[in-house]
Amino acid sequence: MEAYLVAILIITAIYVLLSLGLTLQYGLTGLINFGHVGFFCIGAYAAAILSAYAGLPVIVGFLAAIVLAGLAAFPIGLIALRLRDDYFAIVTLGFSETVRIIVTSEKQLTNGVQGIPGIPRLVDGVGILSALAVLAVLLAANGAAIYAFRRIVASPFGRMIEAIRDNEEAVKALGKDPARFKIQVLVLGAALAGLSGAFYAHYIGYVSPDQFNPLVTFYVWMAIIMGGVGRISGAIVGTALLMLFLEGSRFLRDVMPFISAVDMASIRIGAVGLALVLFTLYRPQGLMGDFTRRR
Amino acid sequence: MKLVIENLTCAFGGFRAVDEVSFEAESGGLVGVIGPNGAGKSTLFSLITGFLAGQGGTVRLDGHDISALPPHERARAGMVRTFQVPKEFAHLTVRENLMAAAPNQSGENLVDLFLRPAAIRREESAIAARVDDTIAFLKLGAVADVPSGKLSGGQKKLLELGRVLMTRPKLILLDEPFAGVNPVLIEEISGHIRALNADGIGFIIIEHDLGALSRLAGALHVMDRGRLIASGAPGEVLKRANVREAYLGGAA
Repeated sequence: MEAYLVAILIITAIYVLLSLGLTLQYGLTGLINFGHVGFFCIGAYAAAILSAYAGLPVIVGFLAAIVLAGLAAFPIGLIALRLRDDYFAIVTLGFSETVRIIVTSEKQLTNGVQGIPGIPRLVDGVGILSALAVLAVLLAANGAAIYAFRRIVASPFGRMIEAIRDNEEAVKALGKDPARFKIQVLVLGAALAGLSGAFYAHYIGYVSPDQFNPLVTFYVWMAIIMGGVGRISGAIVGTALLMLFLEGSRFLRDVMPFISAVDMASIRIGAVGLALVLFTLYRPQGLMGDFTRRR
Repeated sequence: MKLVIENLTCAFGGFRAVDEVSFEAESGGLVGVIGPNGAGKSTLFSLITGFLAGQGGTVRLDGHDISALPPHERARAGMVRTFQVPKEFAHLTVRENLMAAAPNQSGENLVDLFLRPAAIRREESAIAARVDDTIAFLKLGAVADVPSGKLSGGQKKLLELGRVLMTRPKLILLDEPFAGVNPVLIEEISGHIRALNADGIGFIIIEHDLGALSRLAGALHVMDRGRLIASGAPGEVLKRANVREAYLGGAA
């Protein structure tokens, strides 16, 4: 049971990194990124290939994951930020699907649908102590991300991206170029997703293309909507709530044994969907409340 | 600073919203643009400030052709506009709205943000002092820490003017500064405009409140169906038959 709990906490911490990236992009800047999983995927594969295939130190894979995911966001930003919000959403969704198709097809590099096994663990050993060590590293990474996030939110840069979210035309009218800020935010969020992907690859020990379908992106969206967009606490609480739904529904079968394993998968997604509908109806500002009072 | 527009034209399909409009404005001057609804006044502002790309004509600032520059670069050159419907940063307070408008902030650079925190703190307190002055000048003290989305229409107009002032403009384009504003506040805004104008800032003002505008403006340009139909001193222009017919429907 303790091992299970630690495992859930590790996955939650990995997802919090994703949620923080999207909170920066959507909650603060208003960028509708429907392709978050693409950057997560790039990070995971970068870490997997460099450590499992090339045998490089884990830290190299992590750095590559961050840099490559961030770099991938740059051209997307240049092209897409000239588009309107809704088109930007479609372009990013298309981007993440393109990434998934590339890792499926580039068999020499990624081993195609079979995926890459044997990615070394972050901490050797199989006991609960090694899992706790991984969790500690993840918490440290989350702590660093949250520290940087808070510095940014409280700064003139943070003020400007919120101004862009509220009214981009007015920002232009005041002599500032919104595209410059949006590209930086896109790259930062993507780099965070890349970091998250590297943790994921080293924790699961195996990556394959079907782990990176658009559902992951929308799980992250559900998390920040439930927690409250534009707030650090919203990203954390929302992600925890999402995991509670996804994992908690697992135990439903203990109470109601007549539900088959196949039904369970649908019920799980249904439960998250229902929660999302109820949140939008009764608490649209999210669990942690209005993002105008975030500080 | 001198703004010269020549033959500005903008068509939506076959409809010419702005049709070969030319005029001049400069720092220290105060020009009014009037005309019935749909005459093309706001479209003209968008052409001048780069928010719309027209089908012809040139915009020159101090002799430089800026017709190809994007809006933020035209604003940076010292020509700053407001909008007919205020575009406040609704979730930011009045103070934060004004802080955001200050130009050349190194705290908007992520690298500086983490490497030069002390310099940025100094810069922020200098900007905060200017913001305090602007708040005092516009008498927005009572709402300084209120999220700007909660302000009244008139207060939002004042806030937009304040934001524009934070950019240290040379020429301000106001789109209906008195619309939806109560008479007391209209007098107040007029007073601010006069004071700024006396300090050498130029204005181009679109307005429906002819009384308030003709007391302010040195010259009026009248637009109707995209064209400039009259220009001159307010008292003289408003007497012209074609202006009365187009704008006042002949009734007034």
